[in-house]
Amino acid sequence: MGKLISGAEIVFKVLEHHKVDHIFGYPGGAVLPIYDELKNHKTIKHILVRHEQGAGHAAEGYARSSGKPGVMLVTSGPGATNAVTALTDAYMDSIPIVCISGQVPTHLIGTDAFQECDTTGITRPCTKHNWLVKDINDLAKIMDLAFEVATTGRPGPVLVDIPKDIQFKKTNFVLKNSNKKKLNGKSSSNGKITTNNLDKVISLMKKSSKPIFYTGGGVINSGPEASNLLRELISLTGFPITSTLQGLGAYPGDDPSFLGMLGMHGTYEANNAMYSCDLMVNIGARFDDRITGKVDEFSPNSKKIHIDIDPSSIGKNIKVDLAIVSDVGSFLKALNKRIKEKHKDFLNSNKHNISKWWKDIDKWRQKKSLSFKNSKEVIKPQYAVQRLYELSKNKDTFITTEVGQHQMWAAQHYKFNKPNRWMTSGGLGTMGYGLPAAVGVQIAHPDKLVIDIAGEASVLMTMQEMSTAVQYKLPIKIFILNNQYMGMVRQWQELLHEKNYSESYTAALPDFVKLAEAYGCVGIKASKPDELDEKINQMININEPVIFDCRVDPSENCYPMIPSGKPHNQMLLGPEDEKEEVSDEGKTLV
Amino acid sequence: MTKSKSAYSEPGKLGKSEHHIIVVWVDNEAGVLARVVGLFSGRGYNIESLAVAEVDKKKHISRITIVTSGTPSVIEQIKLQLKKLIPVHKVADFKRNDPNILFKELALFKVVSSKKNREKAQKLCKKYNAFVLDKSKNSFVIQVTALRRDIDKLIEILSPLGLVSTSRTGAVAMTRGSETFK
Ligand SMILES: Cc1ncc(C[n+]2csc(CCOP(=O)(O)OP(=O)(O)O)c2C)c(N)n1
Ligand SMILES: [Mg+2]
Repeated sequence: MGKLISGAEIVFKVLEHHKVDHIFGYPGGAVLPIYDELKNHKTIKHILVRHEQGAGHAAEGYARSSGKPGVMLVTSGPGATNAVTALTDAYMDSIPIVCISGQVPTHLIGTDAFQECDTTGITRPCTKHNWLVKDINDLAKIMDLAFEVATTGRPGPVLVDIPKDIQFKKTNFVLKNSNKKKLNGKSSSNGKITTNNLDKVISLMKKSSKPIFYTGGGVINSGPEASNLLRELISLTGFPITSTLQGLGAYPGDDPSFLGMLGMHGTYEANNAMYSCDLMVNIGARFDDRITGKVDEFSPNSKKIHIDIDPSSIGKNIKVDLAIVSDVGSFLKALNKRIKEKHKDFLNSNKHNISKWWKDIDKWRQKKSLSFKNSKEVIKPQYAVQRLYELSKNKDTFITTEVGQHQMWAAQHYKFNKPNRWMTSGGLGTMGYGLPAAVGVQIAHPDKLVIDIAGEASVLMTMQEMSTAVQYKLPIKIFILNNQYMGMVRQWQELLHEKNYSESYTAALPDFVKLAEAYGCVGIKASKPDELDEKINQMININEPVIFDCRVDPSENCYPMIPSGKPHNQMLLGPEDEKEEVSDEGKTLV
Repeated sequence: MTKSKSAYSEPGKLGKSEHHIIVVWVDNEAGVLARVVGLFSGRGYNIESLAVAEVDKKKHISRITIVTSGTPSVIEQIKLQLKKLIPVHKVADFKRNDPNILFKELALFKVVSSKKNREKAQKLCKKYNAFVLDKSKNSFVIQVTALRRDIDKLIEILSPLGLVSTSRTGAVAMTRGSETFK
């Protein structure tokens, strides 16, 4: 019989077992025993955030940029409810998070005790699974299982709710490695990739004269090797490739085979290729409604192959002709191997077959759908992102964003060459994500350049995390494209609501330079295009947190854009197209 | 003409809605029913009836039988989403009109009325495995097991005969023959 240890200590033992080095958290009555225990575990560093939502997004940034699960620790009641937005965000974007929450002592559960809330009830729909620990003897097993569930299959957030009395109680600590419950068959990441299926894929690829790869966040989640394999697949086939918002970086953004991002604000060539293709190979993406638009008119003439680790993602929005349930990396490895073994000459023998297709694509490319009218007087937001890219691309830069126009401009104009360098809230679209996410990224990569491309409205939602950055000397750069508007809202009001700019202008914005100084970091402001380069360089060279107030044209709209209700081949390319294009029908559909 | 200006695309063409019986084997642990039911309400699926009880005392497995309706793609999603829940072991799905499946509901009726009407009522219940469970000088409680639509019909015809209270379970289902669902 070993030494008896407390629940609080068990929590740390399991964290140590899973090699957790950082937890993002905020203390409170119901987690005090865990905080008391912190001092005895030197390999685990606690990062004190300023709001539990920040802890969640920081854990997400940490996880997304490192491939490891992010861990957060919050107290009961308001601590747990504040975490809900971040958990939902992680659920939508498949980010592995383990959230530990305190709960009132077991005997008070159900009595409306101080800071009691039904945490497992509230978080049930926004976690892969959650547990309320009622018996100290279950704690180690549940904590261990929590990591297993968060990181296997399609990753996602989990929550372990631990009543305060359980944190104090003592028991033997046993963590049976062999005891890995199979999670009722759900932990395994792989369906079977049969050679039959691989040959079907290859046969469809050979028959196709207008093929396209449509890749998503699943490639990133599968690990860096999957991105390497994707690059190999493109070089083996010579096919064009487009990516979702979440998949950016899996394939080099400046490679000629890459058509840019697709979807509502994707490029003209990517969306037209999606519409006109005769074979679509979806690798780790989920036919999200911002991608498909109206499903009945989505890519009407193509055969569709879908590879996804989550069976429920296949056939949910779009019917496909061939479904393969698999981890993306394992699939790519098997497919490449098969091509190299059996179809050595694929690239050359198929070149002629798709040469006309590439000509079509080049024609679409000529439209230069990401171009914009630059100005000498005001900074165009697209120009600011372009300059930021040019001046930071030689460093291994990590970019996070908030949500809005700036997010789309970042996705369009910042070119990513590696996976895990791009952290954005796609599924939930959470304003306030980028700043705390940058905190988490910088924790995981202390020596790298980490930039949050932000909007002035979004960043105010979690601005308090600047204080966290200052406390831990995290030199994150908050690059605000300050258009003084909730620009994305303003754009829709302009196009769809007769320019009734109802509540989308933020009066009384703070002076961001002074705000930076108040937090104890550096503020920089740029208002003219010709001062931009110098100031961006200044920002990059400061080894401290910086808030950069980049004053941009307040009336710029984000193009290209698929006005909803339109199929992918009818995009708005710029203001000239605006006038007659959005029909009444279209208005209902954006 | 101003139409609504929602942020989402129009619904596409819908398939035809069908009735299905979904049987789910789950670990009988705290909150498991809430997970299953929450999945249905959260994703807008329909529950017509639900029956649940532990069927394996040793392994603590409960069997949940849900009658639902939806288009084929919704039914497919229901199954796939259920299978993702951690405590779910397996999910079976039968069409309601599948001749290979037995399918029963139990109902209790309390009838308070004259002797004549009570006799009439009792006769009407007869072909549905009726048992009288309780009798008083002006009432009885009767148990029947039948298909949902038969019970619906019984309620209708018993009402004028003094039906004052109805209690009924959700449907339970089982395949015919020697096979079981793996
Ligand atoms: C928490 C939250 N509330 C509301 C919204 C709706 N919304 C989407 S974009 C946007 C405006 C964002 O403004 P800003 O951060 O300044 O970015 P910009 O579009 O101007 O670049 C709003 C309000 C949201 N996405 N998230
Ligand atoms: Mg703005």
